[in-house]
Amino acid sequence: MSAQTSISSSVPTSAPTSSRSHRARRWLGANALRIYAVIAFAYIFLPIAYVTVFSFNVPGRTNLVWRGFTLTNWANPCDAPDVCAAVGNSLKIGLVSTVLATLLGTLIAFALARHRFRGRSTTNLLLFLPMATPEVVLAASLLTLFLNFRVNLGFSTIIAAHVMFCISFVVVTVKARIAGLDPRLEQAAMDLYATPFETFRRITLPLVAPGIAGAALLSFSLSFDDFIITNFVSGNVNTFPKFIYVSAGRGIPAQAYVIGAAAFFLSLIIVLLAETVRRRRPTP
Amino acid sequence: MLPGLLWLGVFFVVPLGTLLATSTQTAAPSGETGAFQQTFRLANYWDALQTYEAQFIRSFVYAAIATALALAISYPLAYAIAFKVGRWRNLLLVLVVAPFFCSFLLRTLAWRQILADEGFVVRTLKSLNLMGETTTLTASAVAVVAGITYNFLPFMTLPLYASLERIDPRLIEAGGDLYAGALTTFRKVTFPLSLPGVVAGTLLTFIPAAGDYVNAELLGNPNTRMIGNVVQSRFFTIVDYPTAAVLSFLLMATILVLVAFYVRRAGTEELV
Repeated sequence: MSAQTSISSSVPTSAPTSSRSHRARRWLGANALRIYAVIAFAYIFLPIAYVTVFSFNVPGRTNLVWRGFTLTNWANPCDAPDVCAAVGNSLKIGLVSTVLATLLGTLIAFALARHRFRGRSTTNLLLFLPMATPEVVLAASLLTLFLNFRVNLGFSTIIAAHVMFCISFVVVTVKARIAGLDPRLEQAAMDLYATPFETFRRITLPLVAPGIAGAALLSFSLSFDDFIITNFVSGNVNTFPKFIYVSAGRGIPAQAYVIGAAAFFLSLIIVLLAETVRRRRPTP
Repeated sequence: MLPGLLWLGVFFVVPLGTLLATSTQTAAPSGETGAFQQTFRLANYWDALQTYEAQFIRSFVYAAIATALALAISYPLAYAIAFKVGRWRNLLLVLVVAPFFCSFLLRTLAWRQILADEGFVVRTLKSLNLMGETTTLTASAVAVVAGITYNFLPFMTLPLYASLERIDPRLIEAGGDLYAGALTTFRKVTFPLSLPGVVAGTLLTFIPAAGDYVNAELLGNPNTRMIGNVVQSRFFTIVDYPTAAVLSFLLMATILVLVAFYVRRAGTEELV
């Protein structure tokens, strides 16, 4: 009897605290991974937040210490010497390389996905190796090529290099999309008396288009942001990454941070919009 | 498809040939800077290896540490995205690759500022007495490895996610039904099934990491120079093309051998 009362009297006092800590521990256990993910994303975005914040810094010789908030950098990103010329070059190179790499890569992707031919595995190897080679090796070998054949370094050599390293990524992306197509859609078109060309233009191409668009976006961002290979084969042509690298020693103007932050948010918006469109439309 | 393959032939295969050819050249007798003649001097390889052994080993050690760190950081993240976030999955995947939308060099330089002596990371570590008063994080091996880890993280997270997402959740449930604890289920079911992702991720991180020189240049000091830094300076500062070619070629060959060995050990061939 006395034992019973002692238990009943001890339960009300200790139960709330122990169950609360127990519940807290349960909650932590169940959500540990989610909490971890939040911390990991904070880590991933820390440098980008830094770049964005410092793009609003009052311009000075360097952009290392906080001097105060201003919008002038965003209003006139071309104020700093050479920034916009370098960005212009990067855009030009990016566009030309993207068009060429997407075209050449898409053709290879169709050939690989649709035809069995001799040399298929060699082709696959040839596509895989540039992705598995460190950039500095690609850069050094291209430079020896251009030096040995006395090619003048400039726009054409940069574009040749960028198309080369983008092709493999285009092939991988487009090939995945072609592989995911339902072959019955094309068969249906043929059954409805569409010629092979009509079938391709009205059925196959529209279905593969998202993959091609994705590959083009990927190529453009690879080309726009490439530094190592560009640095080796560009000669006197200045690109945006090269501009940052060269100015890293003497101080990067705040306007370069504007370009970096703007490119980030623009790409993010494009990708998120594409994602929403893809979700709204039922997948074929 | 021929034009594309031709492009790869001319700007990938042929350059590897000229790289190999350049690697055995020696300075022209005229003594002019940048003039070299083919003498098939294989001793170039021996000389370069002896001179730059330290940078060579350092490249692979840094790359290995950064790859291990990236795996440790990415695995729980990829796991969380694959199993714990429901419909936020696609959005979070976009956020994983989002750093790529911001200039690689600006991100690296941002780390230089974040790890600077006045920065909050160093101040916090010092106030917690986790760091000596006189030690610094900038211009150190720690900063270089941290930079490499950060910059190549998405290359690790994406393949890990892809292989985790493909796992049938019923297999994991079955582990629980068979009285395996959460840890045992993970060790015996989830992790083995995610191995293809682990292999792909480590390769995709290790390869560019071993050849990188930007992090070592911007976040390091003269004692953290990697093989990429040597190649770059041999080309542009010292104008010694043969040595640069030798080092590039050795880097590529070493990586290919390591990759072949690793892929065989891991027993996956579905990378290509």
